[in-house]
Amino acid sequence: MYDVAVIGCGIIGANVANLLSRYDLSLAVLEKENDVSMGTTRANSAIIHAGYDPEPGTEMARLNVRGNELTRQQCEAYQVSYKQIGSLVCAFDEADEKTVEKLYRNGVENGVPGVKILSAEEVREMEPNLSQEVRCALWAPSAGIVAPWELCFALAEAAVKNGAEIHLNTAVTGIEKNEDSYTLHTNQGDFQAKVVINAAGVEADTVTGLIAAPGFETAPNKGEYYLMDKSQGTLVNHVIFQCPNKDGKGVLVSPTVHGNLIVGPNAAACERGDVATSAEGLAFVRNAAVKSVPTLAFRDNIRNFAGVRANSNRSDFVIEETLPGLITLGAIKSPGLSSAPAIAEDAVKLVENTLTLTEKESYVNRREVTIFRKLSPEGKAEAVKNNPLYGRIICRCETITEGEIVDALHGVLPPHTIDGVKRRCNAGMGRCQGGFCGPRVHEIIARELGMDPKDVLKDKEGSVIIIGETKGGAL
Amino acid sequence: MANIICITCPKGCHLTVDEETLEVRGNSCERGVEYGRNELTHPVRMITSTVKLSGGRLRRLPVKTSQPIPKGMMEEVVRALDDVTVTSPVRVGDVVIENVCGTGADIIATREL
Amino acid sequence: MHTIYDVIVVGGGPAGLAAAEAAYNEGAKKILILERDTTLGGILNQCIHNGFGLHYFKEELTGPEYAGRFIDLVAKTEVEVWTDTMVLDITPEKEIHVVNGDKGYQVLSAKSIVLCMGCRERTRGAISIPGARPAGVFTAGAAQRYVNIEGYQVGRRVVILGSGDIGLIMARRMTLEGAKVLACVEVMPYSGGLTRNIVQCLNDFDIPLYLSHTVTKIEGDGRVERVTVQEVDANRNPIPGTEMIFDCDTLLLSVGLIPENELTRAAGIEIDRRTNGPKVYENMETSMEGVFAAGNVVHVHDLVDYVTAEAQKAGASAARHALQGTPEADKHITVKNGNAVTYTVPSTIRMENIGKNAEILFRVNRVCGQSEIRVMSGDTRIAGFKRDHMAPGEMEKITLPRVLLDRAGEELTISVEEA
Repeated sequence: MYDVAVIGCGIIGANVANLLSRYDLSLAVLEKENDVSMGTTRANSAIIHAGYDPEPGTEMARLNVRGNELTRQQCEAYQVSYKQIGSLVCAFDEADEKTVEKLYRNGVENGVPGVKILSAEEVREMEPNLSQEVRCALWAPSAGIVAPWELCFALAEAAVKNGAEIHLNTAVTGIEKNEDSYTLHTNQGDFQAKVVINAAGVEADTVTGLIAAPGFETAPNKGEYYLMDKSQGTLVNHVIFQCPNKDGKGVLVSPTVHGNLIVGPNAAACERGDVATSAEGLAFVRNAAVKSVPTLAFRDNIRNFAGVRANSNRSDFVIEETLPGLITLGAIKSPGLSSAPAIAEDAVKLVENTLTLTEKESYVNRREVTIFRKLSPEGKAEAVKNNPLYGRIICRCETITEGEIVDALHGVLPPHTIDGVKRRCNAGMGRCQGGFCGPRVHEIIARELGMDPKDVLKDKEGSVIIIGETKGGAL
Repeated sequence: MANIICITCPKGCHLTVDEETLEVRGNSCERGVEYGRNELTHPVRMITSTVKLSGGRLRRLPVKTSQPIPKGMMEEVVRALDDVTVTSPVRVGDVVIENVCGTGADIIATREL
Repeated sequence: MHTIYDVIVVGGGPAGLAAAEAAYNEGAKKILILERDTTLGGILNQCIHNGFGLHYFKEELTGPEYAGRFIDLVAKTEVEVWTDTMVLDITPEKEIHVVNGDKGYQVLSAKSIVLCMGCRERTRGAISIPGARPAGVFTAGAAQRYVNIEGYQVGRRVVILGSGDIGLIMARRMTLEGAKVLACVEVMPYSGGLTRNIVQCLNDFDIPLYLSHTVTKIEGDGRVERVTVQEVDANRNPIPGTEMIFDCDTLLLSVGLIPENELTRAAGIEIDRRTNGPKVYENMETSMEGVFAAGNVVHVHDLVDYVTAEAQKAGASAARHALQGTPEADKHITVKNGNAVTYTVPSTIRMENIGKNAEILFRVNRVCGQSEIRVMSGDTRIAGFKRDHMAPGEMEKITLPRVLLDRAGEELTISVEEA
């Protein structure tokens, strides 16, 4: 019997688990995929929004502004890539100008710090490569960029260090209510918990629906992106938005924390779990993006991807105790990433309806990790002296060392896949997209985890890389 | 008529060779005639592949045939490599299989490992 | 105080090996090769097929054999070699920051540097193939490493996008390892590979080559399950109604190579947008005095023999610079590409610096039949060269005698006119 079971380990589940792990309780996190951060968290714009988009008075408005501040603190404590670069919402015509004014008023009302409307001249001063058509823009200095999967992983890892159990490949298939607990049926057997927190992302309605009417329905909506080479990474200095429309915040152009440039997304209704890109979607993104930055060179693209938003038939986030002790965190669409730590705070308050929470005397709320590329020359020299594996560069594009990969593989929440290493260490994230380092990382995973190389996957279940041996078998 | 692309030079002339008379057409130089006839009567190919290596830094050793072998025997020669394991150290030119499949060609190592 | 090297060569592939050996032969004393891999030889080690060395050694060698010849040559010199060593930074003061597991983090100095970092493959992202992102999409080179070096099979039913040489070679290699290669698909109306490879890697195994086609969709959950291939129009846009579906578990990409110049850019060396490599002078010196470059880091070559020749020139120049400095040059001739020419190497010729001849390498942007390569300076025709056949997959070279260059102004244009 656990005190709390969290279903799903994306950015919401990881935040909830992280916060709860600071209290004296037993905690299990059930994740249906073979790693954490496998859903919306790993494929999105990676923006920590300032908080002027949501209508004043909504949960989204309150949680976004609070989450923006909390995320900044988390990234510092956990050494997660984050930059507060600020955002500009650009107006291209009269209607846009009205929208910008409206967003400004939202921002002020929502308590977003420092919002301001800038003239065309001021905007171009800040962003020389922006279109000449820009008439004015809303400036929000508190917006930031982040590596969401890195943050999710760091938070989950700290939770494990504080005693939480994370069960991967564990899909909840049924929920039963007992007198003062719930039984969760999964493909890995039953789990019993006094409190259940559903953070299942796009599937949150399905999961709560296993035992109660969820009161909302996810309307999955896909966004497709370009991720461009670092040669394009300095084309803009801030997050460049166009005015939002009924489908979302529109196509943005922004630097990433790793020095690339992200361009996208479009918005299209889709099936759950459909993360395929399409020729039409990508064309839409290209055409929309050049409206903001006409000189974008798409030939320097290094990757396309798509993510699914957990939009729903309700306008606000769903943060509810659906049944006593069954908490649903659903419909966490944009600005879900930005709001995540604040949503977790709300969830913990709901837990207190059932459990009395006592904070532990000590717990992990920071991350000690060697990130070779971020060290000074002296720091690098010291690192290599202490561990020669930091002197072996595996990923050339991003300067990721064997030491960092081995550290991750022997951590408390180790990756088992090439993409798992990529999300933790950044190896393979660069311009060659793992062409050089993929086989190396593959070898290191097999060696360190004692796996048969044939069993090392690229990503999720079924993503087999090697199908056999040449010359009729192993040696 | 057999259609053959000449590979004697980068131009890549499309040759037609008469199976009976061995008359070559489509060539733009004399070398094309010789190539076309050879390719029709006794085409040969080099084989490059790997064999298993034990005790070395790597698990496979690259090898090649010491001379071209009949094109029709490519599959047979490649399969003959499946059963071979070589032990390190190996030097470039070391014979791995003598007279492979009776072709007269040896399989030789192409890397020091 | 650390050692100051005469010449440091960044990269121990075919270019780096030839550059170091040439620098040694030219009289440089303290020479160091920095190689990021565990062994010398670079990408040649995984190119186990034959066809290397016809020009340089007058015989057909495999990649490892070709590399082995130069590794042996270098071993006979006093050239120092550091393997497993990554260069992190090159400064304008010609300091090189390196990291090595055993030697630690070090800052080295050199009078001359030769950049020989080679190139990398373009990926799926560079051509934005829509669809899912399952396992089973490999660049041809990554697959080649798995198969040839590691000894693993990467697929059973294979479609290859791009008819560059690596793709063609892998078609044969995968077939001989028991896979079924269903098709080779090329977006251009001609193949990017050598005719010999079309014949011996595709035709020999009845693998169809679809010119003016491309892959427009990838499907598959965990692993690739099928790809859609479509014909493209003259603007390379897919033509609706021409879809062909291939049930396959593997898509190999051979869609071009890009010179690897991150260090070059970071050092502030000027890049030629035509080649994506550094701009070089006649002796392979870059815009940064004393820093030279050669091989695929400058422009992607078709034959390793030409890489060797270029690297020897760079290595010898680097040695001379280290020993004597590069003489000041008054007359600079800028070399530009005209009709049907995509780039030229070098981009500038310093007259004071050439011997009897200056060599110019270039590529054409389409298949040309009987044609003339014209070298013009303004309206003055400096020289003309006849060719029977030229293709984008093959590098062209012309040699201009000094006496002709003396007649040129500050600009030369290389163009191709078909007869």
